[in-house]
Amino acid sequence: MIDITNRNLKKTDVIFGECGHKDSGKLPILETIIKKEADEIIDEIIESGLKGRGGAGFPTGLKWKFCSMNPVSEKYVVCNADEGEPGTFKDRDILLKVPEKVFAGMAICGHVIGAKEGYLYLRGEYLFMVPKLNAILTWFNAKIKDLGYDFAISIRRGSGAYVCGEETALIESMEGKRGESRNKPPYPVAEGFRNKPTVINNVETFVDVAMIQKYGVECFKKLGTQDSRGSKVFSISGDTLKPGVYELEMGMKLSDFVDEFGDGDTKAVQVGGASGFCVPRKHFAETIIGFEGIPTGGSMMLFNSSRSMYNVLLNYLEFFADESCGQCTPCRVGCQQLVKGIEAVKSGKKDADYLNVLLKLTDAMKTTSKCGLGQSVANPCSSIIGNFVEEMIY
Amino acid sequence: MTEEFLFVKKLVDKHGTHREVLMPILQTVIEEKRFLSEVMMNEIALQLDISPAQVYGTATFYTFLDVENRGKYVIRICKSIIAEMKGKKEIQKALENRLKIKMGETTPDNMFTLLETNDIGWSDEEPSMLINEMPYTNLTPEKVISIINELQQN
Repeated sequence: MIDITNRNLKKTDVIFGECGHKDSGKLPILETIIKKEADEIIDEIIESGLKGRGGAGFPTGLKWKFCSMNPVSEKYVVCNADEGEPGTFKDRDILLKVPEKVFAGMAICGHVIGAKEGYLYLRGEYLFMVPKLNAILTWFNAKIKDLGYDFAISIRRGSGAYVCGEETALIESMEGKRGESRNKPPYPVAEGFRNKPTVINNVETFVDVAMIQKYGVECFKKLGTQDSRGSKVFSISGDTLKPGVYELEMGMKLSDFVDEFGDGDTKAVQVGGASGFCVPRKHFAETIIGFEGIPTGGSMMLFNSSRSMYNVLLNYLEFFADESCGQCTPCRVGCQQLVKGIEAVKSGKKDADYLNVLLKLTDAMKTTSKCGLGQSVANPCSSIIGNFVEEMIY
Repeated sequence: MTEEFLFVKKLVDKHGTHREVLMPILQTVIEEKRFLSEVMMNEIALQLDISPAQVYGTATFYTFLDVENRGKYVIRICKSIIAEMKGKKEIQKALENRLKIKMGETTPDNMFTLLETNDIGWSDEEPSMLINEMPYTNLTPEKVISIINELQQN
């Protein structure tokens, strides 16, 4: 990995750092963890300030607490490895490099909420990992059994559907159905997989939990800011000389980020993937990457001045139109109309005012779509059209 | 007893007939047959005791659960914005010229199918593509042609 030179950016090593390896014969920290009381672990995770790393940022400790308080005896742990957000690939590296840590985090969760089964829902694009992950799981499951702890993890495979990254759609898919999101509430912590209480967390979140347990709450808390504790794994791509996966402290300024990773001519950064926000150059200095500014599941796409932001938006909208599951009208029709709409403005068939009609449509989608897919289309639309309106017209 | 009956029977013996096993069964058919024929989907419905519409509805929801004829090697070129910026078009052209088919088509010898797909998780190494489940990254027109040549010799 290439080194970081900007002094305002702090490279961290929480996720990919040293950890009990296969050959050491010890699972990272599990031996001591399973002797700890569930409440103690939950309190520590809440104290750490850890928020979910998939992008939405729900406090992990609270999620686990809600699930652990549920008196139903049959519960499940699910690891969401369906990273389909354009420009995201960090979970790929985590699963290739430190899968034991992911599984350890899942086992800790199982211990806390009282689940006996854990599932890794792996996106269809990552099937090449299955043989390796299964081999590690065989070892891992045997090891936790040796510890006298009744918990086992297995893999469920996806088959190419972005919307299955949405937790209730993911559960539907695990149940052998179309990956169409459910109404919420009930949330998965109340009724999830097989309608039983289920904790679903991102790959990285499980690793963070394992590392908080291994190194202590203080180690984690001293990283980041008040609102965004800890480190984050970023997937960096586009017009950069060093694309790749980088683990950085939360709460950085976008200007420092661009200074480090940009090619000297960065026009805009799309933070959080296609469903995230586009930040133009003039706002780099005042933009914080974190829950107090723009949160991200990790995707950071850089665009230099040779790129047409119209092409960027069109690509994103075609992506949403492709991936909309179609069950709710605002998202199904809205995504298709947005593609047609910006093409009509660009080709001159509609005048520039029509862009405002399209933005109104995204507002309607935001309030009326059933799940995050349709709701978040407004993010790239308002931020790209708002900041690069000339490029949309001429 | 048809070939499809025996194929599904073997999977049902392994997984059971619970609705949850539909995905693993469909995925195994794709792995071994590359696509789900109508006969196969009807057979799955029969043996899982669910409506064929549920099998078809589930299959068509997922990009990789193809219900049309596919070649032995299904090539899916990544069409994300990053892939486009890094030369996806040249890769597509090189493959179309080499295989003498257009996007969405299958070669007459049923060896290769050429498709596009959304982000496959390699934006740091675009252009990229999947051939069946294997990713190929940092592609160049020369590289994809040598990949095809190699697969043809197998």
